[in-house]
Amino acid sequence: MSRIDFDIAHLLAGTLVLISFLELYQDRLYALLNVYAAHALVLAASVAWQAFVQDAPHLYVTAAIALVFKATIIPITLHRVIVRLGIHREIEKVVGVGAAMLAGMGLVALSMVVMLRVTHGADPLAREDLAFALSVVLLGLLMMVTRRNAVSQVVGFMSLENGLVLAATGAKGMPLVVEISVAFSILIALIVIGIFLFRIRERFDTVDVQALDRYRGERR
Amino acid sequence: MIIDALTGVLAIPAITAALLAALPGYRITARINVVATGLTLLCALSLFFRRPEAGTYLLVDDLNATFIVLTTFVGFTTSIFSASYIDHELEIGRLTPPFVRFYHAMYQVLMFGMNLALVANNIGLMWVAIEMATLTTVLMVGIYRTHEALEAAWKYFILGSVGIALALFGTILVYMAARPAVGEGLDAMVWTILVKHADAFDPALLDVAFVFLLLGYGTKVGLAPLHAWLPDAHAEGPTPISAVLSGLLLNVALYALLRFKMLLAVNTGALAPGPLMVTLGLISLIFAVFMLYRRRDIKRMFAYSSIEHMGIITFAFGMGGPLANFAGLLHMTMHSLTKSAIFFAVGHVAQVKGTQRIADMGGLTETHPVLGWGLVLGVVAIAGLPPLGIFMSEFLVVSSTFARAPLLALVLVFGILVGIAALFLRLNSIAFGEPRGPIGKTHASYVPMFAHLALVLGAGIYLPPALVTWFQNVAGLLG
Repeated sequence: MSRIDFDIAHLLAGTLVLISFLELYQDRLYALLNVYAAHALVLAASVAWQAFVQDAPHLYVTAAIALVFKATIIPITLHRVIVRLGIHREIEKVVGVGAAMLAGMGLVALSMVVMLRVTHGADPLAREDLAFALSVVLLGLLMMVTRRNAVSQVVGFMSLENGLVLAATGAKGMPLVVEISVAFSILIALIVIGIFLFRIRERFDTVDVQALDRYRGERR
Repeated sequence: MIIDALTGVLAIPAITAALLAALPGYRITARINVVATGLTLLCALSLFFRRPEAGTYLLVDDLNATFIVLTTFVGFTTSIFSASYIDHELEIGRLTPPFVRFYHAMYQVLMFGMNLALVANNIGLMWVAIEMATLTTVLMVGIYRTHEALEAAWKYFILGSVGIALALFGTILVYMAARPAVGEGLDAMVWTILVKHADAFDPALLDVAFVFLLLGYGTKVGLAPLHAWLPDAHAEGPTPISAVLSGLLLNVALYALLRFKMLLAVNTGALAPGPLMVTLGLISLIFAVFMLYRRRDIKRMFAYSSIEHMGIITFAFGMGGPLANFAGLLHMTMHSLTKSAIFFAVGHVAQVKGTQRIADMGGLTETHPVLGWGLVLGVVAIAGLPPLGIFMSEFLVVSSTFARAPLLALVLVFGILVGIAALFLRLNSIAFGEPRGPIGKTHASYVPMFAHLALVLGAGIYLPPALVTWFQNVAGLLG
């Protein structure tokens, strides 16, 4: 593999981690959705690049899914949902921005240490891809635990899933990648938008998960 | 034969799901549901005698044949219970016919997902199947559309998705580890091929992969501290789903873990997965038995009891070796049968009383003798008292542990005893004493409940040698 191929893949994966950090401190839902769209866009570019470098045309399907579904349809739909629910105000945070960023940096360092140490045998491209992917996954998890709003938790889950797609496409020749990305898209589309948000809205007049917490797991 | 048994196990639920989604009229759909699960069970049973060769996607061996038969059997009996349960829910208007149609279709999709996960020879396919099974249960847990049900479904969805995402990351890592040894492409995800070459995998990568898989699938097994979804999902969903969740879905996730454990066992350089599983198992056991004490909701209480028993089973498999694996398998079977029987009883009790609050129930053995004593028998069984089956399997787990790690065995015994005390404390107020709450009649079907309890009792008194040989054989496979 030539030097420039490697550099571009590296750049795209690194950008994905950077955008994950950007998501971490967005405190408005609109801004968060825009950043997420950028996240998905970079993912699409990264997957397309992998498809080109690995000469694996089926990966273009995954890239197309990322571009059309994740970077376009989902953000637009969520925009509408937010408008209709009237919740385009600030996002509540459990942890402050500073603490969240510090925790995020810790997680990225952790994933670098873990992945780079255990993947001596693998080729350098896959190796660094995996380290970046784990960072994106962990940052997505962090976002899910630091947010209370159902919409932003879902955005956290979706960026986590982008990390998984990055890992799957980085693993050269992995079968079922397309199927898995379709399965994930179905999961997101079906459950999140179709059912939960509307039902939660219907029943609680809010999508703040805190409102759900009134019921503390035990009837009295 | 044009249609072999393996195709039947997968095709019957898939086709029935489509059929049930299209058919109106809940009486007929409930019956079709029962017939279809019955047919699936027959197909599964025939796998004992005649099974196809392992392919790149599907595989049947002694290990998963055991799981499939257990799954389809409990699926079948639960569908019988479900028919009478749903009847009552429609009567009181808790469910409407469109929801019932959806429920029955989802029931079959769930059976399909679990069977597919069990017969999958491809670790990617297994992951997709478990995801599908999880999704259907999320939808069913939220089916009552109450505040609590939606919260439970939401929590289950979020935690389940995170678990499933971690498991996928683990799966990708296994592929990465396999690629240098097996070569690129589909072969590097086929379990039978992986096991043959696992010795040549990079141990460090395999270690990290297993940690992710353990956390990911462990969430679905309900191991503490990843169990938070489990009590809510059990308490708020329809009771047949609680029975299937406890009796089956937890096992399926555990089965996935066991497959990967077998992979690690082949690789001499990789870490031993046993201690990790032992630790998580013990934590779950100890945590769950203390949580049993202050439960006010009857279904929630038995959900914690499921965490307790999944802890014991994971512990047994983590200890490994022929005897502990044998005990683990037996315990898993007994727990599935007993716990679903208990949920059958609890479902009818909750319908009679119109509530799940333990404080509003009492004197069941007086007002509803059959139901009450059935529940008492179930709780005696799940607590692990002789002469029922769980006593024997727990005894085997404890005695095999005493020989190898006496300290761990002490913790285990302590946990089990605390659990027994907690269960009897609650049982006393539910089954005996002054009758409380409504004492209306039930039109329950007692057959599934007593069939399960009879099996558990039978296994406790006399375990047929053929079954013992079979389990020993499977325990040997697990290493």
